[in-house]
Amino acid sequence: MLEKLVHWARIRSPWILHFNASACNACDIEVIAALTPRFDVERFGILLKGSPRHADILVVTGSVNRQVKARLKRIYEQMPEPKFVMAVGTCACSGGVFQHCYNVYEGVDKVIPVDVYVPGCPPKPEAIIHGVVKLIEKYKRAVGIIK
Amino acid sequence: MTIRIPVGPQHPALKEPERFIFYVEGEQIVKVIPRIGFNHRGIEKAMEERTYLQDLYISERVCGICSNVHTACYVLLVERLMNMEIPERAKYIRMIVLELERLHSHLLWLGVAFHEIGFDTLFYLVWRDREIVMDLLELISGNRVNYATNTIGGVRRDISEETKHKILKGMKLLLERLKYYRRLSPEEQTIVKRTLGVGPLSTQDAKRLCAAGPTLRASNVKSDVRGDEPYLLYKEAEFQTMVSDLCDVLGRILVRIDECIEAVRIIEWCVKNMPDGPIRQKLPPIFKVPENQAYRRVEAPRGELVYYGVSDGSEKPYRIKIRTPTLANIPALCKMLENQHIADIPIVVASIDPCFSCTDRLVFIDIEKGKKWSCSMPYFKHLIKKKFGR
Ligand code: SF4
Repeated sequence: MLEKLVHWARIRSPWILHFNASACNACDIEVIAALTPRFDVERFGILLKGSPRHADILVVTGSVNRQVKARLKRIYEQMPEPKFVMAVGTCACSGGVFQHCYNVYEGVDKVIPVDVYVPGCPPKPEAIIHGVVKLIEKYKRAVGIIK
Repeated sequence: MTIRIPVGPQHPALKEPERFIFYVEGEQIVKVIPRIGFNHRGIEKAMEERTYLQDLYISERVCGICSNVHTACYVLLVERLMNMEIPERAKYIRMIVLELERLHSHLLWLGVAFHEIGFDTLFYLVWRDREIVMDLLELISGNRVNYATNTIGGVRRDISEETKHKILKGMKLLLERLKYYRRLSPEEQTIVKRTLGVGPLSTQDAKRLCAAGPTLRASNVKSDVRGDEPYLLYKEAEFQTMVSDLCDVLGRILVRIDECIEAVRIIEWCVKNMPDGPIRQKLPPIFKVPENQAYRRVEAPRGELVYYGVSDGSEKPYRIKIRTPTLANIPALCKMLENQHIADIPIVVASIDPCFSCTDRLVFIDIEKGKKWSCSMPYFKHLIKKKFGR
């Protein structure tokens, strides 16, 4: 019973944490734009949180450089289970235009496990919202709510 | 007793990772040490390894908020290296997109500033108005951010009569809203109480520390590349430099709103005076640039942006050097923060419109007791409220 309630709450109101792992800012402003009146994901219960301890979903943008790698790992470790990671932007998926730069790891999945990839440079807010919906579906499937 | 507070490099709202170490005595900041480099991707090196046309797309991704001004500066640089003239119509289109970008960047900043002083209603209102600009940019270029309109030799997309009409309509609507914010900001007590006299930067200090952009102009220094060394058609458009003598955060808010109003005027001027003709001079995808060196500066939304380039006769540049305005503003920021209250850190840091902002995760270190703990920004704000009632 309680477990069901927790699942329900997680599906209805996932809280996200945004981390900029050396992105060019474009992806970040689109993540924020998704939260503001035009797109307003808050109506789906999605809230942006300031602390990793409060978050269910880590939204990572950017190509992850050497400086930021340890911080990204630490933030990921601070999040409570179950945690999900969304890689927003081509940079976060594969390195994008910064492939073969000496300082970048070319993708978030080289550092922490990723659940959903949202490509685009930058992806539109609609695409980001679509990514969150896909993630929720994935969670539902994992806990056996849908097949 | 001095306490050391490292701030960063992760922030809940937006922008790049960055880190500051604040030395505080009680509630007052005595010293600030910035630490940059969390966003280093090796762009200048990457540019040397790619052709001139590929570099265009890399320079666009130096910063996503002012992406167009980076490509504008880069194409102006390459055109100077090649001694190339571009068609008249392209200049107008470049200016329209440049100024639209300034509008979107300043409105974005205005929203963030209001958010930092806890005025979230205005934050959402401003961001709603910003969508007018975003729609126009999408209409012109096909993308909301990273428009890729500039190219070496001109622009990639034309503006149709219908689009012109929509731009004028959007600008009219926006002008009304901007005038409302201009009237509101110096009167509304919620704003004035949190910004008047906060983060002061005297005219002398601004000059001495080489501040740039709206930060400099809010300290009553009349300096703007568009006015001092006009590029494209700013001379013909009779560009006015906006200044404020308040020398504080409120001054920076007013300068930026004034600049937005000026940007609206320039866009209207461009749309009305645009001549017919070709929009670009075709170049092959891979071309060679004769041995040369050149230097270009343009006014980005955040201040003066400088590109310096050396070509060696091949299809790849020998060296490209970029200096961005935020870097120039960091020493001024450290000065502004001195003797300020901890509670004002977010708004003062935001006031230079940094391409970074990381007042989120703090680690407190009590030097005398050698204790160390960390907390998030919302909890930190809560603590401040509990302790100082503000
Ligand atoms: S994917 Fe594109 S827009 Fe997003 S951070 Fe990378 S370069 Fe910038």
